[in-house]
Amino acid sequence: MSTILEGLYYAESHEYVKVEGEFGYVGITDYAQHELGNVVYVDMPEVDDEVTAGENFGAVESVKAASDLISPVSGTVVEVNEALNDNPELVNSDPYANWIIKVQLSDPAEVENLMDAAAYKAAIGE
Amino acid sequence: MIRNYDKLIFELSKEGRVGYSLPKNELKEKYCPCQLPAALKRESKPELPEVTEFDVVRHYTNLSNKNFGVDTGFYPLGSCTMKYNPRLNEEISALPSFARLHPATPVEAAQGALEVYYNLAASLAEISGLAAFTLNPYAGAHGELTGLMIMRSYHLQRGDSKRTKVIVPDSAHGTNPASAAVCGLEIVEVKSTPNGTVDVEDLKPLLDDTIAGIMMTNPNTLGIFETEIPEIARLVHECGGLLYYDGANLNAVLGKCRPGDMGFDIMHINLHKTFSTPHGGGGPGDGPVGVRAGLEKLLPNPQVKKDAAGKFYIDTDEASAGYVSNFLGNFGVLLRAYTYILTLGRENVKMVGPLAVLNANYVKESLKDDYYLPIEGICKHEFVFDGLADKSTGVTTLDIAKRLLDYGYHAPTIYFPLLFHQSIMIEPTETESKETLDEFIAVMKKVAKEAIGNPDIVKSAPHSTPVRRLDETTAARFPKTTYRQLKG
Amino acid sequence: MKYFPHTQQDIEQMLAVAGVKSLDGLFGEIPQQLLFDREFALPEAMSEAEIRKFFEALGKRNGDLVCFAGAGVEDHYSPSVIAPILSRGEFLTAYTPYQPEISQGTLQYIFEYQSMICELTGMDVTNASMYDGTTATAEAMMMCVSIAKKRNRVLVSATMDPKVRRVVETYAKYQGVTVDLIAEKDGVTDLTDLESKLAADDVAGVILAQPNFYGIVEDYTGVADMCHARKAQLVMNVKPSTLAVLKTPAEWGADIACGDAQSLGIPMTYGGPYVGFLACVNAHVRKLPGRIVGATTDVDGKRAFVLTLQAREQHIRREKANSNICSNQSLMALYVTIYMSVMGHKGLKEACCLSYSGAHYLAEQLVATGKCSMVHDKPFFNEFAVRTTVPAAKVQEALLAAGILGGVRIADDTLLLCVTEQRTKEEIDTLVSIVNNIQ
Repeated sequence: MSTILEGLYYAESHEYVKVEGEFGYVGITDYAQHELGNVVYVDMPEVDDEVTAGENFGAVESVKAASDLISPVSGTVVEVNEALNDNPELVNSDPYANWIIKVQLSDPAEVENLMDAAAYKAAIGE
Repeated sequence: MIRNYDKLIFELSKEGRVGYSLPKNELKEKYCPCQLPAALKRESKPELPEVTEFDVVRHYTNLSNKNFGVDTGFYPLGSCTMKYNPRLNEEISALPSFARLHPATPVEAAQGALEVYYNLAASLAEISGLAAFTLNPYAGAHGELTGLMIMRSYHLQRGDSKRTKVIVPDSAHGTNPASAAVCGLEIVEVKSTPNGTVDVEDLKPLLDDTIAGIMMTNPNTLGIFETEIPEIARLVHECGGLLYYDGANLNAVLGKCRPGDMGFDIMHINLHKTFSTPHGGGGPGDGPVGVRAGLEKLLPNPQVKKDAAGKFYIDTDEASAGYVSNFLGNFGVLLRAYTYILTLGRENVKMVGPLAVLNANYVKESLKDDYYLPIEGICKHEFVFDGLADKSTGVTTLDIAKRLLDYGYHAPTIYFPLLFHQSIMIEPTETESKETLDEFIAVMKKVAKEAIGNPDIVKSAPHSTPVRRLDETTAARFPKTTYRQLKG
Repeated sequence: MKYFPHTQQDIEQMLAVAGVKSLDGLFGEIPQQLLFDREFALPEAMSEAEIRKFFEALGKRNGDLVCFAGAGVEDHYSPSVIAPILSRGEFLTAYTPYQPEISQGTLQYIFEYQSMICELTGMDVTNASMYDGTTATAEAMMMCVSIAKKRNRVLVSATMDPKVRRVVETYAKYQGVTVDLIAEKDGVTDLTDLESKLAADDVAGVILAQPNFYGIVEDYTGVADMCHARKAQLVMNVKPSTLAVLKTPAEWGADIACGDAQSLGIPMTYGGPYVGFLACVNAHVRKLPGRIVGATTDVDGKRAFVLTLQAREQHIRREKANSNICSNQSLMALYVTIYMSVMGHKGLKEACCLSYSGAHYLAEQLVATGKCSMVHDKPFFNEFAVRTTVPAAKVQEALLAAGILGGVRIADDTLLLCVTEQRTKEEIDTLVSIVNNIQ
């Protein structure tokens, strides 16, 4: 049974966004990290890069799989989680505490297109 | 004892030891690289081993004992065609009259080599039913890339720049989409039918004026012959596209039917699969590319041709798709493949496909009660099981593969094709005897029984190999890829 | 047929298990019109003795020449221990080391290869090898474009071997990457032209050669800073045999080093097989194509080696992989690994010294004949260009008649000549006397 936090927004491609004011913290869900297995590398964008909802902004690699990261929101990257460079396994241990990028949202209303916790829970069949 | 050998060559090093002998330098006093300006010379010292010749021989001989090869035992490795690699091929390839030949040798002093190239290309054209071959690409994936460059050039030279998509079946080998992407083409996937062949109904709506072509292998990666290929060829040609044949599975039909006759326009052959050149632990191979009549000019430069007087020469063509290699490919590998074709001769080339297919069907039928066979019926050179027939054991395909190592077999290809979750892909090749196959079948049955009676021994396999299961996660998280990094 | 083990009885028994009546029955589903029903237009099977005679006769139609040609392929000393080790079936007939438990031999020598290539080039990481130097350089170009993300223009020096350049240009063409040439001035890269071409801030990478096509050792002081100031990667195509002496790509400040390792003793064999190498700084390791071997431990804590960082590769990433490369040039990587082990730094330096001495002696003697003059006045290593007073083709003809491969003709009046540790003073003197006697 995967952990799904209330109050976050979820994408079909298993990313979440946690909105705080004009910022969104984007990471992958507990379900996604479990499916991938031991994460060995997180390919992250650079600060000031633009991300667009529905488009690729990086990848998460496990030993024998790689999964693209699809941004659930649009905006500008204001911070990347540098800790993941040295400790990619943090994504496995707590994917919600260890978000991947912090985005200044260009269109906060976009999150309405995403799922809430209940809908995501249903989507992954749990 | 030997299996426990675990030194790196660097760990044998002792200052002052040498393993080479070079002539005296009579001219050293007058001309020496020490005269070069300091700005051009290296400051750091490379930490290369200092060892004797004997150290080197013993070290690499010991390392070789920790390796498995076709010479060691049976390789049921699907899609890899691990057949016997004759020693005569090696002997011919090492002949000094070829080994000492510089690529810039004037053609009049390289007629023997050019004849080998020309005649091997002609033999491959005959065997595959196409008009002409280049032998310049270095490997299968390199051949694919070359073939797709030819496909794109064909369209661009007709002034048709809209065709930027290539159709690839969802069962295709990973190199197909990767090669297409490197060639600047977009991938469109076509679905498979439940029996693993291209779904013609799914294909039809994809065919429009943006399609450069389709990449297929026949038989496909499930070992199933695409019987609708004439219809597929008609449809693709009708929409203006070309058909590319991935020669990875050519061994299955060698002597029975030819890609050119199936309607393919371009293909590559893996000489290290179908034509018995050794895999060498991952290369060198060679990936000749053939084309149907009308596309010859597009083959990469340089091209080898024969004039009216029978003299061979090197040519370039402006219409060519370009240059993909240093010169004329892995020439040493070409010598091996040509030797193999001459050894087989026209009478035996015809038997390769039938015997390879016989071996595959024999193994498949013998094991289908113990392993789940998702697609019934006659296969070609290979077939796919989807894990054990008994799904209750918790033993995975990976476990079975590792357990086979304990019994002295290489593992089959696993988790490919991606159509099934627990794929075990087996290709025995025509050079394995019935006795070898019978022993393999007995071991596969034994492992299936162990999975039920003693699953732990399977799940923790291998037990008798030089090393056991490895920590791949740490290797990827904290890569140590050189001795310097390893020492820390 | 000695490669087919099937007796008639085997075939019958196996057909019965397969559930078909004949070998033809195994192909029953194939549409009739696709079946090949005539004899192949190929020779009949030949015996071993016949095949030996056949290839020996063909070999006699190749000249056995004393080689003064280079241009990317050189005649080097090949230590006797290498061929017997390469021919061991455990190495020769192994598949790619996807099953590490039974492939430690291959994996370990690739690890050793990687270590040695990094020692020679000074770079942090390298992959398990590439097909050859031309394709390795094309892959380096692709790395630059991938690192730069939104730039798709690369610069290649006009002093690069044209054989390398045209492969880079071919790969670039299909990927929509623009390749611009940096002008040549007096046989070396025109750094003023480089600086002005970088000014547009749209260059992903700059690809230079060392030594260059003319054998000249270029002075690249300041070039790395120039590239990095414009956020372009510096790629250096280098000849590994010279790196025992010459400044390394790392010391020049290169981000990526590539080239062909044929100069590490690999027989010329009319163009291949050789082995390409591709190395880079740590920051770009995820952009490095192909296989990489890493050290780890097994469940018992034993040191072991394994293919690592596989998530970059085509079999996982498919169309999103950095490259379509699948195999490496494994056995040839073993070749140069053994070569570097046998030679050590000392042997490599000695071979450099012999080559350098011979080449400089040859150059001086040729100029002394009055029939040749040096094209460039620049430091060179073991290869150089001379202008001939008679047509260069005529010089080569005279040499060929004497069993000498007289360099590579790069213009009607220009020859590129190369000397390695294989050439004796007598051979050099013979060449010079023939040139001297040309009327």
